[in-house]
Amino acid sequence: MTNQITDTEAGTSLWKDSWLRMRKNRIAVASIIVFSITCFFCFIVAWFCKDPNQVNLANKFSGPSSEHWIGTDALGRDLFSRILYGGQVSILVGLIATTVSVTIGIIYGALAGFFGGKIDSIMMRVVDTLFSIPFLMIVIVLQAVLSEWSRETSVWIVSNLNWDKGFTDRITNVLPLFFALGLLGWLTLARIVRAQVMSLKEREFVEAATSLGLTKLTVLFRHIIPNTLGPTVVYATLSVPGFIMYEATLSYLGLGVESPNSSWGILIKEGANYLETNSQLLIFPGIIFSITLFALNFLGDGLRDALDVRASKD
Amino acid sequence: MLRFIINRLLQGLLVLFALYTITFFLAKAMPGEPFTTEKNISEEAKAYQRAIYGLDKSLFEQYLRYPINILTKGSFALSTSKGRPVEDIIAQSFPNSLILGLSALGIAICIGVPLGVISAIRKNSWVDWGAMSIAMIGICVPAFTVGPLLQIYIASHLPGLKVAGWGSPADIILPALTLGLTTAAYLARLTRGGMLEILSQDFIRTAKAKGVPSNKLITKHALRGGLLPAIAFIGPSFAALISGSFIVETIFQVPGMGQHFVNAVIARDEFLLLGVALFFGFLIVIMNLAADILTGIMDPRVRLGSNQK
Repeated sequence: MTNQITDTEAGTSLWKDSWLRMRKNRIAVASIIVFSITCFFCFIVAWFCKDPNQVNLANKFSGPSSEHWIGTDALGRDLFSRILYGGQVSILVGLIATTVSVTIGIIYGALAGFFGGKIDSIMMRVVDTLFSIPFLMIVIVLQAVLSEWSRETSVWIVSNLNWDKGFTDRITNVLPLFFALGLLGWLTLARIVRAQVMSLKEREFVEAATSLGLTKLTVLFRHIIPNTLGPTVVYATLSVPGFIMYEATLSYLGLGVESPNSSWGILIKEGANYLETNSQLLIFPGIIFSITLFALNFLGDGLRDALDVRASKD
Repeated sequence: MLRFIINRLLQGLLVLFALYTITFFLAKAMPGEPFTTEKNISEEAKAYQRAIYGLDKSLFEQYLRYPINILTKGSFALSTSKGRPVEDIIAQSFPNSLILGLSALGIAICIGVPLGVISAIRKNSWVDWGAMSIAMIGICVPAFTVGPLLQIYIASHLPGLKVAGWGSPADIILPALTLGLTTAAYLARLTRGGMLEILSQDFIRTAKAKGVPSNKLITKHALRGGLLPAIAFIGPSFAALISGSFIVETIFQVPGMGQHFVNAVIARDEFLLLGVALFFGFLIVIMNLAADILTGIMDPRVRLGSNQK
């Protein structure tokens, strides 16, 4: 108790305070650990695993063994390393799409909230309108457009720059997803940031900064936007699992990542075909996928409680 | 109230216009040809087909022609991949999607709302914890995992349920359940949040102090305000149910509208794409309007402050 009081007198930052609160939330801490382990396996252990694309038809649908820890798929590829490599794609799509959408959302929302008046009402009308448009439908069409372009780019790169074809295909196959999802997911965040900026710009520290002679944009980017980070972090954390889910959905429909590249969506799709005879092909990717989403969602909830953000929408 | 409705209708028109514009230009940006088939068609034949479908006109003319034809003739043009009028395709498949979507919504409300109310009343108990964990499972496990699992472990063991297909009323159960689970989970979380907020307010304490029995406290005082977030969510979630149905329709082979949309994208069939997109958009506008009106009836603050928000 006394400790806490001296802490307050010394002045704790919002982040330190929140971390102290967060540490008490067992589910949130467990989520951090689970997600870190998943990332560790997907991004580090994966490099030491078998080639996920090595086909071995003589050894298809094999059960768990010392060589293939959780067996092989319909083409005899090692399921364990396919899950890890698939995880790379799924997690990266989640993180990068979130980065794209958060960047757009912050800038758009901050500008609208800061300038107010006519500019604000026009900018928010645009957001209101886009909000009512069925998101998945536009993503599907946009993804079709972008992936066709990137396929052409891939051909061009391979023939003109002599890059490795497999590597180029892998990159250009995933790239459109980042943008198709990221470009469309910024609406909610723009609203949140705008509301924050509207209330922050009336506060004394902004007045102080302005009277010191800082330009409007400096005040906005240096002093106002950093103060909106709390809700942004919560929203960003909660949108990562959302994007991972969208990636899986698109891949399931055959519009996202394509074979032989793997992603969790692809693995679940392939696994569903053999559910009756080889249920582990669906169950393992499904479990890893769900656990990761679980962890990210609980982490977001924990952050929301810790940063004390009141969000009306989930 | 009338002004409010008119205002929202105008906004809905704007939404449809924006949806049309975006879809139109994206469809035009899609590379590839609508008439590519296995057979080699001569250039003349292709040009002839393009002329029939009006694809030889200037971009701007095509952009204007489509909505004008819908408004004046009620015609959504011919599907380039199926050769049938788009409105026929919609009329044939929409009832299936509607039945599926509405049953899923019904299931979602029947599961989600009671779950949310109960966990709010018993906050921080094991009931709350259990209900919210179930809700989290509903959010994190995708439909394309739930669907196949239901097919294998339930449909093949219970008489009367088929693994896939669309004929008897019993065929609706599994797809609707798969589709409704995610929405149920979101509804449960929203209801819990809304109820907790209301239950912490002064008028509830006053009512308690005056001796209102707890059943009546919940049903008469708390539910009205506590359900608002859930009701506001139902409009947009109808959209999610329809777009989520792309997946569920594929898994259970339901002849609905979702698969036409996906096929239209793959076949570069822009008229089918535009028709289905506009029709979905129209439905969503209507559902949002209905949700807004319902919220307005239940909460006067929304009605009065609708222009500020």
